[in-house]
Amino acid sequence: MNKKPKAIIALVLTVLTVALLIWTCFYAGGKYVVFDPKGPIGQAQKELIILTTALSALIIVPVMILTFFIVWRYRDTPTNKVKYQPHWDDSKKLETTWWAIPIIVICIIAVITARYTYMLEPSKPIASTQKPVTIQVTSLDWKWLFMYPEEGIATVNQVHIPKGVPVRFELTADAPMNSFWIPQLGGQIYTMSGMAMKLHLQADHEGTYFGSGANFSGEHFGQMRFDVEVQSDEEYKNWVADIKKQSKPLTKDGYLALAKPGLSQPDEYSSIPDGLFKEIVNKYVVEGSSNPHAGHGEATSTEDSSKTGTEEHAEMDMSHMNMSGHN
Amino acid sequence: MLDKIKEFASTFFVTGDPMIYGADVSIALATIGIVFVLTYFKKWGWLWKNWLTTVDHKKVGIMYILAAILMLFRGGVDALLMRIQLATPDVTLLHPEHYNQIFTTHGTIMILFMAMPLMFGLFNIAVPLQIGARDVAFPFLNALSFWLFFMGAMLFNLSFVIGGSPDAGWLSYPPLSELQFSPGVGQNFYIWGIQISGIGSLATGINFIVTIIKMRAPGMTWMKMPVFTWSVFSSCVIIIFAFPILTVTLALLFLDRFGGGHFFTLDFGGNPMMYINLIWMWGHPEVYIVVLPAFGIYSEVISVFSKKKLFGYKSMVYAMFIIAILSFFTWAHHFFTMGSGADVNAFFAISTMVIAIPTGVKVFNWLFTMYRGKLEFKTPMMWSIAFIPNFLIAGLTGVMLSVAPADFQFHNSYFLIAHFHSALIGGVVFGYLAGLYYWWPKMFGFTLPETPGKWAFWFWNIGFYVCFIPQYSLGLMGMTRRLSTYGWDTGWQPLNMVSTVGAFLMGIGFLFQVLQILLGIKNYRKLKDTTGDPWGGHTLEWSIPSPAPEYNFATIPQVEERDDWWAEKDKRAKGIFRKQPPIEAIHMPKNSAIPFIMSVFFFIAGFGFVFGWSFFYIPGLIGVAICMICRSFFSYDGDYYIPADEVKRTEAAIRGSV
Repeated sequence: MNKKPKAIIALVLTVLTVALLIWTCFYAGGKYVVFDPKGPIGQAQKELIILTTALSALIIVPVMILTFFIVWRYRDTPTNKVKYQPHWDDSKKLETTWWAIPIIVICIIAVITARYTYMLEPSKPIASTQKPVTIQVTSLDWKWLFMYPEEGIATVNQVHIPKGVPVRFELTADAPMNSFWIPQLGGQIYTMSGMAMKLHLQADHEGTYFGSGANFSGEHFGQMRFDVEVQSDEEYKNWVADIKKQSKPLTKDGYLALAKPGLSQPDEYSSIPDGLFKEIVNKYVVEGSSNPHAGHGEATSTEDSSKTGTEEHAEMDMSHMNMSGHN
Repeated sequence: MLDKIKEFASTFFVTGDPMIYGADVSIALATIGIVFVLTYFKKWGWLWKNWLTTVDHKKVGIMYILAAILMLFRGGVDALLMRIQLATPDVTLLHPEHYNQIFTTHGTIMILFMAMPLMFGLFNIAVPLQIGARDVAFPFLNALSFWLFFMGAMLFNLSFVIGGSPDAGWLSYPPLSELQFSPGVGQNFYIWGIQISGIGSLATGINFIVTIIKMRAPGMTWMKMPVFTWSVFSSCVIIIFAFPILTVTLALLFLDRFGGGHFFTLDFGGNPMMYINLIWMWGHPEVYIVVLPAFGIYSEVISVFSKKKLFGYKSMVYAMFIIAILSFFTWAHHFFTMGSGADVNAFFAISTMVIAIPTGVKVFNWLFTMYRGKLEFKTPMMWSIAFIPNFLIAGLTGVMLSVAPADFQFHNSYFLIAHFHSALIGGVVFGYLAGLYYWWPKMFGFTLPETPGKWAFWFWNIGFYVCFIPQYSLGLMGMTRRLSTYGWDTGWQPLNMVSTVGAFLMGIGFLFQVLQILLGIKNYRKLKDTTGDPWGGHTLEWSIPSPAPEYNFATIPQVEERDDWWAEKDKRAKGIFRKQPPIEAIHMPKNSAIPFIMSVFFFIAGFGFVFGWSFFYIPGLIGVAICMICRSFFSYDGDYYIPADEVKRTEAAIRGSV
């Protein structure tokens, strides 16, 4: 058989490639942000990923090894004298075994998943002694607007949050939908027009983290990056004070100009028009319409939001939901 | 006047990009070349009689496969362009708008105009032969399905040079795909290209279900049916439930764009989330539509090249149907991040991971088909074996993605991209290529040369890992899909470069396959399959000569066993011969020009709708209606008989040459 050495060369090449690949994946630079969480949500998600991967690998890895073993052992060569049973095609015992193994493992993963799904539901507030900070996020073509209703400031393509304090992001879009993702703090959630989605995150370490729009929204979607600055409480307060002192106010017209399709540099505003976020959310809700998704997520809100100016629209959106007969 | 023409031309034709001009020139040259060759060799009549008007399932299958390979080339070039653009940061080869068009057409073409037709091609080639039938149940409809697919694909591809390509992603999520954000005609090309070919897909689904239910050879009970035929059956069941959803969804989007509707618009109460739900109610089953037949092929190939019966046949069949049913209950896992709440997410997470159970069982059964077999590493087998580790990785990452709260971190990242390419290349494309190599001799009467095939295989297989393993890592590094470029500060450069190298390795693999086919044609005589059974097959298609005669089976076989042809060969070896029934005249369908002409009218109508030109779509629709009337009321002599003598002569000629 002159084919055998060739096959071995190819096999060796494959193994080398895979080894080289694994090596590159670990040492070629680039940071595994998902595995370097800086807050409780990201941390829990990392644990969940590792746990479920390990459980799946419990089956996958032995099967992988078994595959190589079987393919090697039962290759048809003149010198290979292993057992050959062409008509052996059924074994209740074996089949029951491999229906049972995945069923058991999947059941375990399913239970874990269900528990974590409720635990990590993005609209669920993070238990904390600290009062949460509310940040209202609007995805625009092709930039991010962050409004701080409590502080009365706004920023574009950059967001600052205090360390160790839960952040309650309220998210909407005034453009095609996008997705708000800060990998090191936790998973993403869509930003959609006519709705105020909720995402609760928290950062426990100071630093600058990468954030981006993860859902394609048109021409310059690739530029929709923003930096997340996590600061100590004091620094954060200074930062807010500085903006209040030094920056220009955001007016309604200013917002309309900002909302036009185009790119934007990181920017800051010392004040925001009253109820702008509510207006953006309700902009696409037709009066008396039965859109059951208006004010999505608001209905589950139980926390105190009286100071944030969102109370009114929460009520209003809930009234939509009631009118539509949903929930 | 001249200015008006100029203005029209500048919007009608896509301009301003040297690559487009290059494409224009090559399209023009190719067309001139084809016309010249056909005229010079006086082949127009041959083309019309043997191909354009044929209703023979074997020829329809070949045309499907040819078209699919062309589309694989187009989609592959798109992929390579994207990989060049992403090889290092800040590349400006493609403008973002152009990049968006390319990833959109790459996805749409690869799924709808490459995977689907390649799959239908293999259905057509193998299913009637496997079940001992002379054709599909509705040969006319079969030809119509092909031409509808072909015209839909041409319409879609036309957008590259005329009007502008769609650029809202392969599933065209609104509101981005609505008039407000995509005012060009690209989205219209998308809608009509898919709608026209979608009618064909639905019809094929119905056709094969009826064929399999009604046209099996006598004695072939359900549990004696070849496993590929089972996989086709399960896939077609999904098609007939899923494709209407796609048609309705795109029709609603069309009404929004064309008729000023507000189903999915931002304002006036439109609900884009409805579209996303609907499109995935088709889109997720679609994955299983294309992967189940691939599973069927692996089952056939692994069993034949292990010289062993398929292990756990019944489990395999049940597993496929469990997958088919479950595939309709998982769609929301494509948007766990939509904020539907923990109840919904938990349900869809669990329904998704449950699919891993029947799929896992199938893997075990494939492995134990090889266990205590004699493995022969011919090209079809190589692709099938390589599929298993690929699919294990796809399965592992699939379970990871199904865990809803973890998906918040994977969603829309390159991790997801790597996962579905593992499933769709390692699962689907590898399977179809295995099938193509496996049934090639049955289609053309010669086997493909092994050596270039092995080169192609190793380039593909190694390139596949080099391309997609780094993408898993990139996803975990925060790289999101559909980025047209990225900065140096991200740290994504090295792995992107590796991934690009991998993509080119697969491209080289494709070139080897082209070379392999050319060498096969050149050495046709040496590679001729004189036995009709080059691999030692188990099923009926290997009991007849290669290529199969027009009528497939001179006499319809009487089936007794599951792997009937294998059992028959065993009996013959022992000197037991079945008594052959006498050859009788064979009832055959006549060729028809209507499928082709009707599809041309569909094309004209679609083109008219794309541009909103009533002077195109009205005549187009009238033409379609006339074709339907002609077919329904005026074409009664659609069949003829091949006399018994002629059948005997043909059989003697083919089998005598052995």
